Formats: sequence, structure tokens, C-alpha cells
Amino acid sequence: MIFVELRKLARRPRTWVSIALLCLLPALVAVFLAVNRIAPRPGSEPAFLFAVLANGALFPAAALAIVLPIFLPVAVAVVGGDAIAGEASGGTLRYLLLRPVSRTRLLVAKLISLTVYTGLAVLMVAVTSYVVGVSLFASQPAAVVTVSGTTLTTTELVLRIAAAMGYVGVSMLGVGAIALFLSTLTESALGATLGALAALIASQVLVTLDAAGSVRPYLPTRYWLAWIDLFRDPIPWRDIERGLALQAVYVAVFLAMAWANFTTKDVKS
Amino acid sequence: MITTAGLTKRFGPVVAVDGVDLAVSEGSRYGLLGPNGSGKTTLIRLLLGLIYATSGTIHIMGRPVPKRLGEILPAVGALVEGPAGYGHLSGPANLALFDAAGAGGPRRTRRTRIGTALTRVGLAGIDNRPVKSYSLGMRQRLGLAAALLRAPQLLVLDEPSNGLDPQGIREIRELLRELNAEGTTVLLSSHLLTEVEQLCTHVGVMDQGRLVLQAELGALFAPTGRVVVLTPDAETAVGLLDGQIEERHGDRLLVRHADAAELNARLVGQGLRVAEIMPERRSFEEVVLSVMAHGSDRVGP
Repeated sequence: MIFVELRKLARRPRTWVSIALLCLLPALVAVFLAVNRIAPRPGSEPAFLFAVLANGALFPAAALAIVLPIFLPVAVAVVGGDAIAGEASGGTLRYLLLRPVSRTRLLVAKLISLTVYTGLAVLMVAVTSYVVGVSLFASQPAAVVTVSGTTLTTTELVLRIAAAMGYVGVSMLGVGAIALFLSTLTESALGATLGALAALIASQVLVTLDAAGSVRPYLPTRYWLAWIDLFRDPIPWRDIERGLALQAVYVAVFLAMAWANFTTKDVKS
Repeated sequence: MITTAGLTKRFGPVVAVDGVDLAVSEGSRYGLLGPNGSGKTTLIRLLLGLIYATSGTIHIMGRPVPKRLGEILPAVGALVEGPAGYGHLSGPANLALFDAAGAGGPRRTRRTRIGTALTRVGLAGIDNRPVKSYSLGMRQRLGLAAALLRAPQLLVLDEPSNGLDPQGIREIRELLRELNAEGTTVLLSSHLLTEVEQLCTHVGVMDQGRLVLQAELGALFAPTGRVVVLTPDAETAVGLLDGQIEERHGDRLLVRHADAAELNARLVGQGLRVAEIMPERRSFEEVVLSVMAHGSDRVGP
């Protein structure tokens, strides 16, 4: 079933169009920067963008920072929200269940396919932005300066960018699990997607609100930017660890809720 | 093959299926008849474990549903509420995905299985057009092909002739007969009397969620004990058969008599001309309508 889901993912035009669009945005930013040579102030968002004019090898990190807050979660919510609801509204859900595919296996296969999609999206963004970065800007992979001011070797840089990609991917899984849960509630894929995005926006609003400080450590987007810590020296692991644990809890809770709902639900579509 | 006892399904205040005791015997062609909204589709969804019963039990091939669905469904082919597929993929690609999704058989014979199923439903020459460009009839055939992929012991078909032209309906009827002769039990639902009459060996009639009639089709057409006689000498016949005539419409007489042949001999023996004579049988439509209250989408008495 997992391979069937992956084949469906691979043969769906939407998968590739959405990933292409995700790659296009950082490339667009890079072109503007390369033409106008106006670098953002250091410390401004998105992170690392100020540094890429000096060193294009850092552009993958900047690209991740560009797509992370909105575009990547939107893509993940679209795929996650469509997972069950899309099959239901298309009428294929009943035929899958009659095949028979057990409801638990279907849910797990959908989650795995969603994870693969997220990983693929992050990977493609990083690879294309590296190519764009080194071809448009001066590139000195061996002389990347961390946020703390120390210099990184090429190996260190590659490792840290890979770790950042992994962290960003994991950060998306919480949203994916929320979208997947909502997808089992409704037959409208759009409804599930928008529901997951609403949860995300609510989280992002509350993260900036000091009055909501008591719930802040539990919000799904609270540690989203912790991967920037990977470019400090030495790396402060505390927020990264908390972010990973928090995403694991969100995935576990929403997947359990999705399972409880889906396995006991009347499939009327 | 299928038995249910007191099967009931409520959706909130609505009782969609109400105390149904269905009995589909192995090797039969069972037609589930009833107006739209009478609970046929809900019953089929219950049988296939897509929705869960409020009360009552279901057994298919001796195993309880939904508990042991995993053992039952691999031997079942189904078409529920119209066919469905991924619109951007071709018909064969859809079947391949569907085949790979469950226990269908080894991967290397997949292409053969798909080819056989497509040929059986009359889609042998299909190209790689995406399913979204298919006509309704082609989709219906593709749905049937999906149901036939693994040579099921039980076929459950919800309105199988939807969207087909008369020629297509006949082809599918022949196909179902053929499969049945090879040992597949067929359960189909329909709101068309003729479809069930022409194909099925058994019939169940649903009305407002209840199974109001369940019988072998042949038994429904037992003679009524009356004989229809058409004769130009109706006046003489009335005199001769005094008291046995139950109705008369011009030359057409309804005579209470057990044996049409004997009655014929007697009339002819008396020199009467008989144009037509046969035992009266109720039509299928009369039988079905007699057990149903009224069309269920009609509101009010």
C-alpha cells in the first residue's frame, strides 16, 4: 500500500507543480538580489539573506528561511488535507477499503507519502537554491561564517545544511498530521487544508503575543526557527531538541485522533 | 453466501435500513429491488463494511461482518454507487494501482489480470486516455472490470447498468449470467423491474428501509387459479360457464378454473371458437407494486 501511495504521489502533476513553485520563489528572490545588489540588513528576516551576496553557498539556508513560514506549510497542508478527503470526494476511498486495504494501513501509507513529499520538497528547494546561489553570487564554500562569527569548513557547512533540512522537514510534520486528521473528518479536501492552515496562523499569532506566554512552549510553530541555531558555534541544542520533541507529540496526538476517527467512521462517500 | 438478521442502520432520526433479514444463497443471482432512497445502497454498504450497523448481524461466507472483513473482501468484487477512478490516469493505470493496493495476486500476472478483466467488460481496445475523458458508460465498464479483477466468488453490484445504453445493458447482463454459470454469486441492486426480471433468480424488494418481499423469482409467477379466455362467442361462453366467470371485458373473460387445457377442451367441445386461452399470471410489476407503499421520494400520502 505504501508503494501504491508513493506511485500515486509521483504520478500526480500537482506534486511536481507545487515543488517547482516552491523552488521558484527563492530563485526569484536570488535574481532580484543579484540584479540590484541591495542586501537586507543583517539580522532581518528571512534569516541568512543578508549574507548570500557575499557567499552564494549559504543560499540554501536562506531559501529554507524564505519558504518555511508560509509556502512550505501551505504545500504540506494541501497534500495532507487531500489525503483522505480527496479519496472520499473522488469516490476512490470506498474502492480502496473494499480492496481491502485496512483503514489503519491506509492512514499510515498516507502519512508516509506525506513525509516523503515534505522531504522531497525540502531537498529540491535546497538543491535548486544551491545551484542558483553559486551561479548568481560569489561563492566561497570554504569560508562560510557562522552567526557567531566563526568559520565553517565545507564538510561542516554541508552537514549543517543537511541537519537544517531535516529539522525543517520534521517541523512540517505537525502541520501534516493536523491536516491528515481534519482530512478524516470531512469530504472536502479544501476544508481540511484551510483548517490546518487556520491552526497554523493561530499558532503564529499566539507565538508573538506576550500575554500568551504560558502556552507558547506548546505551540506547533514555536520552535520552527530553531534550525538557525545550527549555524551558531557551538550549536545550542536546547530549542532544537524541544522542537523535535514537540513535533513528535503533535504527530502522535493527531495521528491517534485521525486513527480513532477514521477506523470507526461510516464511509458514506 | 450472505445472511443478515435484524439488520438495522440509523442515521440520526432516520432509519435507513430497518430489521432486514437478507438471505442470498450461493450460486444465485439476487436482485435487490426498490425505489430510490429505499435503503438498497445503505444495505450494500453495510454488507461490505463501509458503514457499521446500529444493530443486527451480517454473515458472508459464514464469517461475521465487519469483524472478519479482511478474510471476506478478497473474494468479493464490488461496484458501489457508481465507479470511481483517478481522473488524470488511464483506465489500465487505474486498474494497476487498484490491483496493487490489495491482495490481488502476484505482480507478474497483473498485466494479464487487467487484460482479462478489460476484455470481459468490452474495453479490450482501450488506449491511454485519462479516465476523466471517459463517457459514463465507459466508466461503468471500467468499474465492473475493477470488480472482476480477481475472479470473485461474490459480486456485489449497485445499479450496474447505470449510464449504459441498451446494447451495453444486454452485454453486461450476458456477462453476469456467464460469471454466474462459472460459480460467482451475484447480488445486484436496481430500481428497474425489467433488469431484475430478466437477470435474477431471486428477488428482494426494499421499501422504506424494510425488506418487504424476498422470494425465488419463479415462485412469484405461480398461476392465480384463473384462466384468461379470448373468444368471439363470449355471450355463449358466459351462459355455459355460469358462475365461474369472474370478470368480463368484451370478448375477454376471466374464468375461475384450475386447468386451462381442460377448459379449452370443454369450450371447443361445445362448438365455441377460442382465439386465445392461458392461465392468468400476475406480472412482476403487479407483484412488486402490491408490496410497496408508494414511491419513497413522494412526500405526503
